[in-house]
Amino acid sequence: MKRIALPLLAILSLLVTGCAAAGTGDGLDPSKLTVYSSQHENITKAWVAGFTKQTGIKVQVRFGKDASMGNQIVEEGDTSKADVFLTENSPAMTTVQNAGLLADVSDSTLAQIPADRAPSNKKWTGIAARSTVLVYNPSMISEADLPKSLMDLADPKWKGKWGAGATGADFQAIVAGMLAAKGADATEAWLKAMKSNATVFQNNIVTMKAVNAGEVPLGVIYHYYWYRDQAGTKEGSGHTALHYFKNQDPGAFVSLSAGGVLKSSRHADEAQKFLAYVTSPEGQAVLSESGSKEYAVAEGVASDPALPPLDTLDAPKIDPFTLDAKKVAQLMTDAGIL
Amino acid sequence: MSSTLSATHRPRWSFPSWLVLLSAASVASLVLLPIAVIVSRGAGVGLEGAVTTLVRPRVGELLLNTLSLAAITVAGTTVLGVGAAWLVERTTLRGRAFWRSLLIAPLAVPAFVVAFGWLTLAPSMQGLAGAAVVTTLAYFPFVFLPVAAVLRGLDQAGEDSARALGLSAFATLRRVVLPQCRAAISGGALLVTLHVFAEYGVLEMMRFPTFTTAILEQFAMGNSATTGSLLACVLVVLCVLALAVERLARGTARVARTGRGTIRHGTPHRIGWWSIPVTAGLLLVLAGAIGVPVTAVLRWLSKNTDPFGGGLGMAVLATLELAAYASVLAVLAALPIVWLAVRGRRRGASIFERATYLASALPGVVVALAFVAVSVRFARGLYQTGFLLVLAYVVLFLPRAVVAVRSGLEHAQPALVESARSLGISSFGAFRRVVLPLMARPIAAGAVLVFMAASTELTATLLLAPTGVSTLATGFWAASDQLDYVTAAPYALALIVLSVPLSVTLMREAARKK
Repeated sequence: MKRIALPLLAILSLLVTGCAAAGTGDGLDPSKLTVYSSQHENITKAWVAGFTKQTGIKVQVRFGKDASMGNQIVEEGDTSKADVFLTENSPAMTTVQNAGLLADVSDSTLAQIPADRAPSNKKWTGIAARSTVLVYNPSMISEADLPKSLMDLADPKWKGKWGAGATGADFQAIVAGMLAAKGADATEAWLKAMKSNATVFQNNIVTMKAVNAGEVPLGVIYHYYWYRDQAGTKEGSGHTALHYFKNQDPGAFVSLSAGGVLKSSRHADEAQKFLAYVTSPEGQAVLSESGSKEYAVAEGVASDPALPPLDTLDAPKIDPFTLDAKKVAQLMTDAGIL
Repeated sequence: MSSTLSATHRPRWSFPSWLVLLSAASVASLVLLPIAVIVSRGAGVGLEGAVTTLVRPRVGELLLNTLSLAAITVAGTTVLGVGAAWLVERTTLRGRAFWRSLLIAPLAVPAFVVAFGWLTLAPSMQGLAGAAVVTTLAYFPFVFLPVAAVLRGLDQAGEDSARALGLSAFATLRRVVLPQCRAAISGGALLVTLHVFAEYGVLEMMRFPTFTTAILEQFAMGNSATTGSLLACVLVVLCVLALAVERLARGTARVARTGRGTIRHGTPHRIGWWSIPVTAGLLLVLAGAIGVPVTAVLRWLSKNTDPFGGGLGMAVLATLELAAYASVLAVLAALPIVWLAVRGRRRGASIFERATYLASALPGVVVALAFVAVSVRFARGLYQTGFLLVLAYVVLFLPRAVVAVRSGLEHAQPALVESARSLGISSFGAFRRVVLPLMARPIAAGAVLVFMAASTELTATLLLAPTGVSTLATGFWAASDQLDYVTAAPYALALIVLSVPLSVTLMREAARKK
């Protein structure tokens, strides 16, 4: 009996160790700078390539989605392997900040961007920006009939007339902006109205295409999906136009993509250097020229020329670190949207 | 030693029983771990919290969506699966070998690739109708396969007696043929139900929220410990109910032949000019299940100027490696479980086998959630490793290995080994020369089943894949989530190409078992 049992055990243990050590194991190399990124893959890769070329520092990236990656870092706590965290929207960064896991961003980095494009507590910095817009189908509604404010969409007369990617971090950041600007009661009422008025799509792209196809006349999205499609085939936006709410309306909310350095980083110097590069004129030029159509945020750096300048959008003034992702998730769950 | 043998009938080549018991118990506890984690996290919310989270309109909506999709899909797959099986096995329809292999072929196309195909054809397809069309087309082979196997082996004598006693052809079908298929139909329907409960990709594409999509949303927002776990608990309850309903639906009637004599394989029913609409109907089903997705993949592929860029090669390697480890480990884990179920001398030894079915009824996301929770707290070294993902695959797909290995062990009867031993062969020799040859094919079939399932798994992989590792399924998903169908197409094609040789193997195996 033992003659069979022992070899079998040996094979089993070999397999187990083999599995753990195989190429599918945790591929992180502790000697490299580790970036956890929920920012677009192509922009992140372009930044990493530019940074390595300039400094010689090697970088590895783990990709994920805003909220789950933010929560993952919180779960990992002090033992997180992340040195730098980049997000698409700032609420995920606030989640990490509230867990006390962020180091201060170096002053030289913060000096590269205007004060209102980073939180007042200096725990992280804006690295790019995106504006909320209303995409509409001119064959279904004329410009004059558009709502004056994002808040108007709660009115029963817009029932069945609009859609949004409610389950994604992008839309939830917009709601967080509304929460900061208008308070919990107004936001709650608006979300309840949304539950009966709006069609929920998976994300911004699907929302835009639905408006384009005439499924709904209006959609709440971020600007750059539209500009990217316009620059390409116009397949998903050819029958649509954009409306900017301006007037510091919640619908003019500008969301900052955030970059931060983890307190637990074992490569703190390199991590700060990486953030300095991303917010430098070179790093921001990479963004402007990437075709991503996101706004550059650094002082004196021009965004993609196709976009209306960020300063002209008249966004509501909100200190971005006050954006409360958790409360938004709670309100949206209560409203029955999630 | 020989006296022990005759006294207990215990075959000499058995492993030490404590070792078997220990391995079976550790496999079972691995399998039950996710359920324990989900339930305890759900319980940790407290009764009041649970009530406010679960008793609200949104949960009712999810429940209604999940159950109505399951009901429609079960009805659809049963009609399609049983109908096609009857046409192929019991009528004069020509080219049965051709139809048989084509009707199994949809197994090689993952359901989310079918959805991808339909969305290419009709971009506005959505909701219950869209989801039901796709799941029915993708899952009907689960019913077709077992029912066709039963119909193929039926003895004509029963039908003859019924007709001789004056029953009409239809009444004979209803009262003689269908009851014998009952277990096969209900087993297939159970598989379909569990797949619907666990489905994510199709439903996300079709914008039809169910418990599984809602759980993934909650996970993405970091609410996995609370709302996510509670929703998962509801899903666990639904799965247990489905298992119970299947036990009732299967019935207790004995359908095996008890008499002696050879089976007379039936005279096929003549379908005459019906063959034209029937052929058209079957072709239509196949066009929907295979034609639409394959055409869509090829259409998008033709627009891709760099199909092998973007990490496709790495994804193929990672998928092959992960699925290979999963299939080997799952078969190894199945051995002690099956051993106890088939040869266990004590009562209740098969309890481990039943336990393995429970976890496989869970969607990948639920198992993955539990593994994240446990590894982050108690086994940080395992967190985000390929090994943990492989363990999740083993938990999810163990029953496929168990079923296959079990059929092998049942053929390797102790009497054969005893004969070998009495002829003077050593115990190891008996194992090598008698048992292994009998079990090799079933074990291989089990490994193939696990491999196919693991290589197309999506939700557990999304949560557990190590940094930098993307599989064919997650690579496809990342691109199609951005509606970038051009980039997604090569991944879809690779998934199909990878599954084709495996489903051919399975088909041969199924056809061999007359």
